[in-house]
Amino acid sequence: MTQKTYAGVTVDVNEEGYFTNPSQWTKEIAAAIAKEEGLELNDKHYKILEYLRTRFNSGEQLSIRGINKSGIVDVKEFYQLFPGAPLKKSTKIAGIPKPTSCV
Amino acid sequence: MSEKTYPIKKVSIICAKGTIEDVYAALVMGNGAVMEGIECNLFFTFFGLEAIMKKRMDKLHTGVIGNPAMRLPGGARMPSLLGIIPGMEAMVSSMMKKGVDKLDVPPVSEFIELFVAGGGNLYACKLAADMFKVKKEDLSEHVKGIITVGEFYEKAGGEGSHIIFT
Repeated sequence: MTQKTYAGVTVDVNEEGYFTNPSQWTKEIAAAIAKEEGLELNDKHYKILEYLRTRFNSGEQLSIRGINKSGIVDVKEFYQLFPGAPLKKSTKIAGIPKPTSCV
Repeated sequence: MSEKTYPIKKVSIICAKGTIEDVYAALVMGNGAVMEGIECNLFFTFFGLEAIMKKRMDKLHTGVIGNPAMRLPGGARMPSLLGIIPGMEAMVSSMMKKGVDKLDVPPVSEFIELFVAGGGNLYACKLAADMFKVKKEDLSEHVKGIITVGEFYEKAGGEGSHIIFT
């Protein structure tokens, strides 16, 4: 088990940097992880992070299709907000495990 | 000491067949690439063109004849002769579509939209389009162009780039 310190709080992460205990997450921590990824979070980012965490907590599989149907953001904007690998990046910042879905 | 890695930066995927499973294989690979931040070109040729034709993309079928891996719902091998029963292909195709839908894999038209929204590029093969008399207006508006094999190779180039024939 690896530990990392974000915004003065020590959290448990796996070797890829994903949280192993999502309850340790806070908004301040999210901002710190985002900074590490080169992102400055705005309201839209936070809305997406909340959506991802809600979905994760209710045991749902996260997918790019689900994001598109979320009503919060369309896929194009999602890619713009989390450039590169959006679902991987956003889940990392949201403090939840890396999605295992192929879509 | 860290080992040098050679990440994939671009993939160009060729889809030459128009069955449900061939088209989904290409789309899953392509969409998976853009989701990983990998630049992706999807090139449809011959029967693969069906996947980017507006009126046909959501009506693809799975072939039931000449597929030794085809199984009956219980898991037994499907005898080839059953494939000639009228309606068998439609039934199997509908089961395939239900199967992908259950996994939250979108229909072809929606999948193409997700892929393009993620920055993926779609192309049609000129030779196949000429041969099947397929015109630009028959194709999805997301198709960037009907291109030659030479143009395909030009677009496929670059460091860390790969070509996949599905």
